[in-house]
Parts: sequence; C-alpha cells; structure tokens
Amino acid sequence: MNFVYHVEGGDFTNAGSTSSQVKRMLKKIGVSPEIVKRTVVALYEAEVNIVAHAYRGDISVDLEEDHVKIVLADEGPGIPDIDRAMQKGYSTASQKVREMGFGAGMGLPNIKNNSDTLNITSEVGKGTTIEFINYFQ
Amino acid sequence: MTIEAIKDLVHGEVICGEERIHDEINCVFASDLMSDVLTLKDIDKLMLLTGLSNLQSIRTCEMSDISYMLVVRGKEVTEEMKELAEDNEMVIIKTEYSMYKTSGILYNAGLPAVY
Repeated sequence: MNFVYHVEGGDFTNAGSTSSQVKRMLKKIGVSPEIVKRTVVALYEAEVNIVAHAYRGDISVDLEEDHVKIVLADEGPGIPDIDRAMQKGYSTASQKVREMGFGAGMGLPNIKNNSDTLNITSEVGKGTTIEFINYFQ
Repeated sequence: MTIEAIKDLVHGEVICGEERIHDEINCVFASDLMSDVLTLKDIDKLMLLTGLSNLQSIRTCEMSDISYMLVVRGKEVTEEMKELAEDNEMVIIKTEYSMYKTSGILYNAGLPAVY
C-alpha cells in the first residue's frame, strides 16, 4: 500500500498531522508500539523539517508486509553540508522554529537514531530528500 | 503520585482529561525543547513539564506516547490544543508557577526525574 501526503512550508498549525495519520495506520495494522514510536518520531522530526526549512514537500509512505519505507521529498533551499547537518547541535533554524520547540540541531540525529536505514540526498537551491526504512521485526 | 496530588501541590487546574486525575505518575521530564522530549525511551507513566504551550508540544506528546502534561508559567492552552489533546486521550494540568519552582516542589514531594 502506498499513501502520499502533502506538506506546506511554514504551516506550523498542521505540522505533525501526517505523522499522526501514519501513527494511527501503523497501530491499526498491529505494528508493535516500540516500532510505531520509532517510526513516527523519525517521521515527525522530518515533517517538522519540511515545515521549518522548505517551501513544500510530499511524504510518501510505502507499507509492505515486513517494513515501512518513508520518503520525504521537499522543494527548498537544500542542505549544503549534510555531514555537518547530522552533527548534534548544528542548526540553521529561524527564531520562529525555535519558538515551536525545535531548531536545536537534534532533528537529523533523532531521525537517524529512530530508523533502520536512512538516506539523505540534497541539492542546494532545489531541495532535500530523506528516505528511511523501519522493519517490523 | 496521582495527577490530582500533583495538581494540588502546584495549585494547578485541570485543563482536560479530568476523568483520569487518579492516574499514577512515576517520573517527570522537564523541557521546552521538543526534540529532547522525542529522544526519551522510557515514557511509562511519565509527565512532561513544559512552558512550551502550542500545538507542537501536544503533537510531540502524541508521537512519544506521553499522556500527561503539566504546563508551567501560566501559559495559555488554546481550544485547538485542548481538542488535539482530547483526541489523544491526554491529561493536561496547568500552574502559574515557574518551571524551577514546579520542579522543586514535585521533586521534594518524591516524584523522581526520568534520568
């Protein structure tokens, strides 16, 4: 099964609504609470990243028998140095994002800690794609 | 310690989840940074103490499976937040006390930190 959700940059009111829907779906099909939590924490951080940094993005959720693959592709400024962005504490977030309780340079490390495989590609001036897979066993 | 006892200790008010005020809380995490909240592993019977009162603090609890929140510094809990919290069967209480004062009172009363 494949589901696609659209996310608008700057829309803090709805930030997290995709993660919420995916959480309900994973719970409904009986994925263990621990793996549901890992998946939605990673997804929520990535969804907030689109809202915080990009103009817009699409989140594609592929639900397979033994895993879920989530791809977040955004149109935005891109990440010039991914290794640096992966370091805890490094952030380019605006004051607005910080007021929302994010932007302390924890997002990408949190996504890494809560995913089984993670792949980030980015082109400056075009956008960023984050792809992660979590296995159910 | 029950939610009700916590509410009395901090002279707080229940914003939503009144029917669950007899639930037991085992530990507390105090933070305004939601990314730190999202790193917590053991959230069983945990209460989040925060001065960040917006939709993202409720969403963070939803994603982290945290059911109890104590809002400090008298921050407003909007109707929108309340609705989202109710959808997720959360209990929210609120106090006028600061984060430090609230933490001190609850710690003194025997409620431990999560780490």
